[in-house]
Amino acid sequence: MGLESALGEGYITTQLDALIAWGRKNSLWPMPMGLSCCAIELMSAGDPRHDISRFGMEVMRFSPRQSDVMIVAGTVTYKMAHVVRKIYDQMAEPRWVVAMGACASSGGMFRSYSVVQGIDQFLPVDVFTAGCPPRPENLFNALIELQKKVEKSSVLDYRDRKEPIIVS
Amino acid sequence: MNPVIEKVLHTLRERLGDAVEEVREFRDDVIVVVDRSAIVEAVTWLRDNEECPFPLCEDVFALDAYERIKRFEVNYHFFSIKEHVRIHLKVRVDEDDAVIPSITGVFPGAGWYERESYDMIGVEFSGHPDLRRMYMPEEFEYFPMRKDYPLMGIPGALPLPKRG
Repeated sequence: MGLESALGEGYITTQLDALIAWGRKNSLWPMPMGLSCCAIELMSAGDPRHDISRFGMEVMRFSPRQSDVMIVAGTVTYKMAHVVRKIYDQMAEPRWVVAMGACASSGGMFRSYSVVQGIDQFLPVDVFTAGCPPRPENLFNALIELQKKVEKSSVLDYRDRKEPIIVS
Repeated sequence: MNPVIEKVLHTLRERLGDAVEEVREFRDDVIVVVDRSAIVEAVTWLRDNEECPFPLCEDVFALDAYERIKRFEVNYHFFSIKEHVRIHLKVRVDEDDAVIPSITGVFPGAGWYERESYDMIGVEFSGHPDLRRMYMPEEFEYFPMRKDYPLMGIPGALPLPKRG
């Protein structure tokens, strides 16, 4: 930010840090990386009954330049992995990744030569979500966990890659 | 056996001679094994004959019999809309010389079926206008539906982006 060098870890910078983290937390714009049936549950997470906009996430951005969190919903093949990674690389920082469902988290039932056995092999994942596919409630569970993580993060170092969260 | 299909088989045998290697029936399905040199002629005649034309090429696929001497087998399924009967053609080839004449000149729609067979099993179709891989990346070197290809693949055969 530039401020911290002038002011140090004083009252203004730390409170500003918290304010920015609060703002980030409540306006996580998802990049819907829907690759198979999990994408249907991702769509129903946006419907009026489940209503993803309660978390400030209803702005599904189909452009990676405008999104903050990539929800990888579905089976990632080796051929698709390069596309997913390219889209992730195009996202502006700060950025987060949610692996939605068994396939994205571990390859799921596709124990085969063509499916990547877990997207953490080529992406830094923040939250793994169980389910095949997970219900929208479980996706919200993952997104709330991600919000907690974002709330604790600092502007200077938003990355906290030590422990990915697993929700089930 | 259906008299219509019996007549078709009779004429097919007459036209192709020794190229018809085997004819059998299984649960009302007629299976004709032909030599690869005769496949284009057989398919052309099946499509164009007056008695019982087969204008619909339902499927073309390859399979790996592994222990048989002629290891690979390409199956062609045709359906007669006029007579409501099916006929199945089979062509068997050896691993060292797995080349079969393409039937895209007769049924252009078979082009993608043949591409899939090439991609998964490795049977080549001579005369195919665009024999590229269908599902796997172009630089992939193996044929994953062969019986001797491991289920989880060969490590490093399909590269992943760096995690970074």
